[in-house]
Amino acid sequence: MSTCSVTLETLPRHPEGKEILTCLQCGACSGTCPYGEVMEFPPRRIIAMMRAGMLEKVFTSDSLLACVACYACMAKCPRGIRLTEILLPLMKEQTLAHLPELPGELQRALQNTLRYGNPMGEPSRKRAAWVKTAGVPIRIFAEDRRPADALWFVECYTSYYPRGQDNSRATARLFYRLGIDFAILGNEEKCAGECGRLTWEPGLFETLMDYNMAVFQKYQFNRVVTSCPHAHNAFKNRYPALGFNWGLEHVTPFLAKHLDRLKPLLTRKLPYAVTYHDSCCLGRQNEFYEAPRQLLRAIPGVKLIEMVHNRVNAICCGGGGGGMWLDTYFKAKGYERLSERRVKEAVATGADVLAVSCPYEVSRFEDALKVLGYDKRMIVRDVTELLAEAMEE
Amino acid sequence: MHILVLMKMAPDVVEDLEIASDGKALDPDYLRMILSESDDHALEQALLLKERHGGKVTALAMDAPEVDDALFTAAAKGADRVMKIVDMDAGFTTRQAARFFSQVIADEPGLQPVDLILTGVQAIDDLDGLIAPLVADELRMPYLGIVTGVHMDASGKTAHAIKEFPAGIRGEFEIKLPAVLGIQAAEKPPRYVPVAKVRTAMKSVKIERAQTPTLADGGWPLVDVVEMRRNEPAGHAEILEGTPEAASGRLCGILAERGLF
Amino acid sequence: MTGSICVLAEQWRGQISEVTYETLALGREVADQTGVPLTAILLGSNSRELARSLGIADSVVYVDHALLAEVVPQTCAEALVQVLTGARPRALLVPLTNISLGIGTLVGARMGAPTINFCKDIRTAEGKLEALCVLYGGKIEATVEATGQPAILGVWPGARPADKGRMERDVPVTDAVVVLEDTQSIRLCRYIEPEAGDVDLTKEEVLVAVGRGIQDRANVSLAEDLAKALGGTVCGSRPVIDQGWLPLSRQVGKSGLTVKPKLYVALGISGAPEHIEGMKDAALIVAVNSDPRAPIFNVAHYGIVGDALETLPALTAAIEARRAAGQHA
Repeated sequence: MSTCSVTLETLPRHPEGKEILTCLQCGACSGTCPYGEVMEFPPRRIIAMMRAGMLEKVFTSDSLLACVACYACMAKCPRGIRLTEILLPLMKEQTLAHLPELPGELQRALQNTLRYGNPMGEPSRKRAAWVKTAGVPIRIFAEDRRPADALWFVECYTSYYPRGQDNSRATARLFYRLGIDFAILGNEEKCAGECGRLTWEPGLFETLMDYNMAVFQKYQFNRVVTSCPHAHNAFKNRYPALGFNWGLEHVTPFLAKHLDRLKPLLTRKLPYAVTYHDSCCLGRQNEFYEAPRQLLRAIPGVKLIEMVHNRVNAICCGGGGGGMWLDTYFKAKGYERLSERRVKEAVATGADVLAVSCPYEVSRFEDALKVLGYDKRMIVRDVTELLAEAMEE
Repeated sequence: MHILVLMKMAPDVVEDLEIASDGKALDPDYLRMILSESDDHALEQALLLKERHGGKVTALAMDAPEVDDALFTAAAKGADRVMKIVDMDAGFTTRQAARFFSQVIADEPGLQPVDLILTGVQAIDDLDGLIAPLVADELRMPYLGIVTGVHMDASGKTAHAIKEFPAGIRGEFEIKLPAVLGIQAAEKPPRYVPVAKVRTAMKSVKIERAQTPTLADGGWPLVDVVEMRRNEPAGHAEILEGTPEAASGRLCGILAERGLF
Repeated sequence: MTGSICVLAEQWRGQISEVTYETLALGREVADQTGVPLTAILLGSNSRELARSLGIADSVVYVDHALLAEVVPQTCAEALVQVLTGARPRALLVPLTNISLGIGTLVGARMGAPTINFCKDIRTAEGKLEALCVLYGGKIEATVEATGQPAILGVWPGARPADKGRMERDVPVTDAVVVLEDTQSIRLCRYIEPEAGDVDLTKEEVLVAVGRGIQDRANVSLAEDLAKALGGTVCGSRPVIDQGWLPLSRQVGKSGLTVKPKLYVALGISGAPEHIEGMKDAALIVAVNSDPRAPIFNVAHYGIVGDALETLPALTAAIEARRAAGQHA
């Protein structure tokens, strides 16, 4: 299922390539794409250009920069064409090769990821600095090589950013109280390779995969549990080609599996009206719609309200596909920030809390709330943060 | 046209720098090296000139940890030849590096003739000298530093270079070639090169090697580092604690007290 | 001049630079500590009258030559070498600025003399001259000794207050004759003045400065909000101008302007020496940076350790609120 084997040259002869050419030109993809109206070449047009032998025009435009890898098009395609997984990454790779200049912020994010293992350019030796503040014991494999049941792959935002660290601390507390046998890689951990961002940079993706697989092979564990849906995607779709054969969970569905033991621990009442945002990678991509909702309903006092667009129809926060580092670029082009679009929907539900399960969403939605002036009406919390809050000491 | 770019690796200051146990140098165990920032600009300027005027670019670096990465990246960006000076006895100072560069340029077959030698204006560890003027002197070439723009003249015998002076003033100089320029900033930020291209370069490009020349007079450094220490903020600033709101509130009070608004 | 401390007086476009007075102040101290004279060396063409302002020195050596009318480092170095050879001073202090960069290095190489860059202070210890150097973008301090004479010391701006080195008097001036070859290999064609900017930063009383830490162009408007609230103007460090987020006229630092406002707010600026050079004399310096070890906190009077992007709007809000309250008071 790896996209590595398909290239622009081999595409026509590949089963996926043939599948792409069965496109009806119905336009469901462009219609559902959150940036469909500003993209010069949404998926439908790309396929039309492909048929007309005019793909060059697609690569030399910056249209692909607006693709946030949200899987909406792929989810709606009546032919089931693997747009987000096969077609769009190939187009992005070619666009990068043809673009005279990559937007500076994205360029830096890519360079930083290569050099420091995180897009923020933070020192690799500070990746595990948050562990001291967790309040519960956290084992680091490099210091204690005993096997563990779960390797908790923390990821970048959840290691370095203050709000991401809140999430990590909450997760650590939950794991501890549930008696999960886990360890982390600490400073040895590098970005798993956020697929959307790294579709621009398959070479960088390969470098990270090589590195991470080598680190994994040093230790013994049964499964990888990760806080980041993008990492989950990478491990699920790309790493098996390099031999990744461990169990794989994202923290949210993982905790849902332990709900019967978790529920008795949730003793503090949280009288919040909560609306849950389905992240693209967990939701549309993997159909983990119910697990986070089960967890939220298990918290005493929580009332769950759905946004108009939920589950498969959820609107992306705009962070994927490199979008996290293209906000300036989008702003300069006059595009509405997707996070602002989504936040308006959230606020319209009347909820107090916007619950999320992807680290990108916390900073993006908190930003959007501030910009729109709703930050007094609504707060953003990861599902793990709410669970930890409901768990009394 | 042949442009030679001289490159050095410098300590990457993103990671915390630790002092070695003898207290006189950086602890190599905690050190990562990165291409000196202005050397990266020198390479970019060389590539821009190649795009404009044709010709070839050679990148020549002093051996150091991670230098191969920098050279393969240079090749992937468009350098035609990449070479490193190897087998030094020990660490080297800037002044020694300049002499090594000069001798290799003079003696290594195929490096001359050269029209322009570009290198960064200054590296963060250039304690005992600067590469550009030292190399210029050794090779008896004219030198200009703090350059932010270069134009080759049609004759191919001179170039026009822009140098930065204080207060935003710039000077345009005409300089006879061959010449050495210390680049402050390229006309465009250093370009991005996809990792896949660098990995291809790693497989297809050979980094040539030049032996470190023996300096006639031994070339011992003339400066002695007695002690090195981390520059902790001397408690100069009074830090205002708390949330952004709380700290801002206090600061606002301080500014108001001083009649600043 | 044997054993004396010499200072290269930086002369550019008919004026002695401020940094020269700072370096002279340092030279004066070192000379007094070691009990030797302080000599200023002035290079130029028809610039003898500038020697008057170098009065803090015991004497001035003036070199007049047509080829010294403009500062060309190799020519200046040659002149200095001829002046210093045989004179055997203890040390030559050269300001590390855009004007003089390279001169000290060339003099050291041509005379086989040790060169030490990045000096922020010079001390004497047991009869030896020790330079205190700031390396690696301001993160490391090193004590360095020269193992020969003269020691060529490249001095960072800001080593001493300029006023301590300023003195007008009829200082004794010796004219030195040098022989310089006109190789015609390098020639100044013209100066390019900066575009008439909308503001003259050097005249502003309040400056809000942004650095890499504001992360993208869009956030400059946050700084503009703060500047507006404070009645000031936005400026930036070099990386911000390089990115095109602000025009060249707004650059503060080594290649930009030196400013001395009443208030300088540095947001997301780490405090590399090149920037500090341009703003260290501001009356009140406030810095916001997420790194508690950022060198900017060494020059700042007040600091907030945090994300500039969070603090900026909070500060603007606090000031606007205070202003509004004041208006209704």
